[in-house]
Amino acid sequence: MKYFLRKAGFLILTVWIAVTLNFILPRLMPGNPAQAMMAKYAQQGPISPSQEHALALMLGLPTGSLWSQYGQYLGNLLHGNFGISYSFYPEPVIAVIARALPWTLTLIGLVTILQFVVGTLLGVYAAWNRGKKFDSTATVLFSFTSAFPYFWIALAFIYLFSYMLHWFPLSGGFSGSLSPAWSGAFAGSAIYHSVLPALTIFITGIGGSLLGMRNNMINTLGEDYILLGKAAGLPEYVIATRYAARNALLPIVTNFAMSLGYVVGGSLLMETVFAYPGMGYLLATAVSNQDYPLLQALFLFITVSVLLANFVADILYGLLDPRVRKGGVR
Amino acid sequence: MEFLRRQAKLSSTPIEPVSRDSVSEQGMLKQPGFLALLWENRKARMGIIILTIFMLVALVGPWLAPYSLSDTNFALSHPPSAAHWLGTTQSGQDVLTQLIYGSRVSMFVGFVAGVLVIFIALLVGFLAGYFGGWVDEVLSLAMNVMLVLPGLPLMILIAAYMPSHGIWEIILVMSITGWAFGGRSLRAQMMTVVQQDYVVAAKFAGERPLRIIFREIMPNMLSYIIANFFGAVIGAVLAEAGLEFLGLGNPSITSWGTMIYWAQSSDAMLNGQWAWILAPGLCIALLAASLTLVNFGIDAVANPRLQEE
Repeated sequence: MKYFLRKAGFLILTVWIAVTLNFILPRLMPGNPAQAMMAKYAQQGPISPSQEHALALMLGLPTGSLWSQYGQYLGNLLHGNFGISYSFYPEPVIAVIARALPWTLTLIGLVTILQFVVGTLLGVYAAWNRGKKFDSTATVLFSFTSAFPYFWIALAFIYLFSYMLHWFPLSGGFSGSLSPAWSGAFAGSAIYHSVLPALTIFITGIGGSLLGMRNNMINTLGEDYILLGKAAGLPEYVIATRYAARNALLPIVTNFAMSLGYVVGGSLLMETVFAYPGMGYLLATAVSNQDYPLLQALFLFITVSVLLANFVADILYGLLDPRVRKGGVR
Repeated sequence: MEFLRRQAKLSSTPIEPVSRDSVSEQGMLKQPGFLALLWENRKARMGIIILTIFMLVALVGPWLAPYSLSDTNFALSHPPSAAHWLGTTQSGQDVLTQLIYGSRVSMFVGFVAGVLVIFIALLVGFLAGYFGGWVDEVLSLAMNVMLVLPGLPLMILIAAYMPSHGIWEIILVMSITGWAFGGRSLRAQMMTVVQQDYVVAAKFAGERPLRIIFREIMPNMLSYIIANFFGAVIGAVLAEAGLEFLGLGNPSITSWGTMIYWAQSSDAMLNGQWAWILAPGLCIALLAASLTLVNFGIDAVANPRLQEE
């Protein structure tokens, strides 16, 4: 019980830190974003004080002391009020995010699960046949691919499959002639557009899960109970799956839970390269448009989901492995 | 087999320094052995060779580049040709020249940020691991918080609020956000080393903690620290490219990241200028891969369990 309480405490602390960071950061930097916006408007012509006041109201600039601003900010967050987006004015930030979220959740979510399952299975296979052909090729190949900046792989794919071969569209999440609807044509177009992004995430992610599982498994294969199993004459596949893989899977389960948290953030750079209408692309547009309310809200969304996933992973780990609860390892 | 025997010899040499005066001497004596071992590892050797080539190119870049970096008088947006091996940009610069000069900025940022990151990680990890108790509690909490906050979004948030975007801002952002991972593994390592006899002996002899940490323990953990440093450099090189690609760098500086940024924003792909967009990415990948390979080698030499046949 103490273990779970401590983890819950850590969750609350980290969420508070993220929320407060989001509040403090803009105020630490010289000037404020809205003033920068106004300076930009001022280049097009002089701004009268009344215009400036109107602009400040429009952008929802904070007023009052730092503490009352902080209280206001926390209150707004609790009500799900993230302010008005600058770049999608006058749409509220929350509506902009609600539009992007499903894209990311379906695509990245599905691919993350798939990538984990396939990678882990291959990792078991590689570890069991350690030093053989598959293992040595896979380790070298995937340690090499994991060094690639993954947005660059996306660029290479676009060049090869879209520009050269014309197999897939260059960018976007669906055909420009359609609008989002629950129809077969739209679904088909969305799936067609998601093939290359999915392939990119799959290829860049699978190496990590393969190598992670392989290394865990090699460690468990060195344990005494494996030797005992072999001495007892158990069939090889029983040792491989029920003895070694099952124990090696423990850290992988938590890794998996954690990476599900990262799904919400989208594959940030990948989505940017493909102009895929998800959370990552939204974050990139928020950055380039200096849309600070949107940027802050996205940061909170991404961070809180990562923190929650991390919490779930800790709880899972505690449930699966009693040693962790009792304060032994880790 | 020769390799294995040497390995056994290395691990059987006493790690306990005999007296205060011989500490540095021993540290220096052991290093050539370690480097020789590293060189014998195939992966590490490949990594060292690639890394050395990149370093040489960065050092002698201006003499190597076919044109001047500021020369913008070439035909615009040309695909690769004999005169311009990697083509030209949309504003008439030679891509190969940019690539060579870009290696200087990218590697400078990567290594400086790597040094800063490993410095913070060393300080935090060593203090937490050495002293334990409440020092450890506080520092570990800080590390865990930093570890659990998603790195790239945090970097983007901080960078977006920076009043200006340049090399040093990027280095600063990466140093603030990147130290926790190395810190945690160095702390874990320190916690096991602290219990070894020579450290206990040094404590009883009344040596100051900082001296014990940095003069007695650190030389023995050098391979571990180097591996962590390379890991930090890889992270920094990739993060720099990502930030610059998003336009959070200074676009008027020529680095691999800004090259991709410009190539992407001027639709290089659609104009058939594949080299402009693919070459800088390939360089980033090769640099990161070479560091990874060296790390594999260090791992194999320092950790017998992972040793290859």
